[in-house]
Amino acid sequence: MPSKVLLDVVHLDILLNRLAWQLIEKHKDFSNTLLIGLQPRGVELLDRLVALIKEQKSLPQLQSGKLDTTFFRDDFRRSEKIHAASASVMNFNIEGKSIVLIDDVLYTGRSIRAALTAIDSYGRPKNIELLVLIDRRFSRHLPIQPDYVGAQIDVLQGDKVRVKWENASKKSIVYLETENS
Amino acid sequence: MKALSVDHLLGIKQLTEADVQLIFETADHFKEVINRPIKKVPSLRDITIANLFFENSTRTKLSFELAEKRLSADILNFSAAQSSVKKGETLVDTVNNILAMKVDIVVMRHPNPEAAQFLSKRVKACIINAGDGTHEHPSQALLDAYSLREKMGDLRGKKVAIVGDIRHSRVALSNIFALKLLGAEVKLCAPKSLLPKYSSALDVSVETDLMKTLKWCDAANMLRVQNERMDVSYFPTTREYALQYGLTMDKLKQLRKDIIILHPGPINRGVEVTTEVADSEYAIILDQVENGVAIRMAIIYLLASKLNNNIT
Repeated sequence: MPSKVLLDVVHLDILLNRLAWQLIEKHKDFSNTLLIGLQPRGVELLDRLVALIKEQKSLPQLQSGKLDTTFFRDDFRRSEKIHAASASVMNFNIEGKSIVLIDDVLYTGRSIRAALTAIDSYGRPKNIELLVLIDRRFSRHLPIQPDYVGAQIDVLQGDKVRVKWENASKKSIVYLETENS
Repeated sequence: MKALSVDHLLGIKQLTEADVQLIFETADHFKEVINRPIKKVPSLRDITIANLFFENSTRTKLSFELAEKRLSADILNFSAAQSSVKKGETLVDTVNNILAMKVDIVVMRHPNPEAAQFLSKRVKACIINAGDGTHEHPSQALLDAYSLREKMGDLRGKKVAIVGDIRHSRVALSNIFALKLLGAEVKLCAPKSLLPKYSSALDVSVETDLMKTLKWCDAANMLRVQNERMDVSYFPTTREYALQYGLTMDKLKQLRKDIIILHPGPINRGVEVTTEVADSEYAIILDQVENGVAIRMAIIYLLASKLNNNIT
């Protein structure tokens, strides 16, 4: 698959650090906040942000979880692709909490809609915010906007924006997969 | 993602090991779902399911119904006792009339072996076999194997005994297929009159002594004596059966090892297992019931995802 690097290691590192600081600025000691990564691709971003936040501050009460939205998707039986479910790990009560949903790329907004419905089945949080690493502008199908954005990117419909996480070498990049080039 | 290799669930015989593993993995996720404060997902909100029960059932019917509701499907319930079947309508006619009301999936229990297979060839709907006479009961076997896997891990090489009225049991046949598929060793234990004729063809061992069987096994599935299917007397008295093949605390204590006890229900307390055994920590009978809902959600979800989508 032909691909083009959109964000390199250095740039990505700066973005992640900024997002971590933005979360700290808004949520202080995280005593009433839950960070929830969306399965499967948001979880890696969640783990990195949690690690960065803990580097800056000692936060024993920082709680995070993983949410799978497969059974809440609106394209069941409507797309050729069958989606595999991943595990949801939500070992806390969300009632009255501030929730930050975390995902890597925001595209049509449909996954976020599914996540909002999925969150409902765990209780009624105080409020929900959205953090994304990449916001693909002008491609939304639903009125959904992020509260925290790493970078905004404009690419053609049909092209894929992927975040490639490399654990060992720390050489993560964001790249573009194009269909035609 | 992988999909099931079949379009209907007629029996375990038609499934591959990969199918069973896929059902188990999906059931893991649904088990988490049914332990949430709100135990429901919207996946099947545009699917209608008919539950056709031509034979009595409590557990299986409730379990399927709950699984369907948890997936947000619309449900149609039918039981033969209050229907036109009594007026002489054929099975295919009954089902086609129900399908004319736009039903996508049919869950059927029927007293005749292979009824589900027969129907799947004649009507346009996804068929799930909820027990066909003395033939197969695939969802029960899947939840039994799933419950065992939960307690013992991978079933490969594990020893499982099936004890009791095997001759009349669809649970036994489906269990044998499922356990063999997952690599477990299976032993049947019953009085000779209640052993099936086909046991040699199934690659399972046979034993008539309960204590020997219990000493051999890691888990025992204690089947119910199905008096309603017995046209003649298969053993002298219920008391004699209970003495020889009933599982008591005494017998379990003599083993000096812990084995897992399953029972597909309904239990004849004091016949195949005593009350102490049924309520002891050896028995995972209520885990089976809980897992039954998750397994049935997985079966319905995976089959529904293969339904021809004529939505647009």
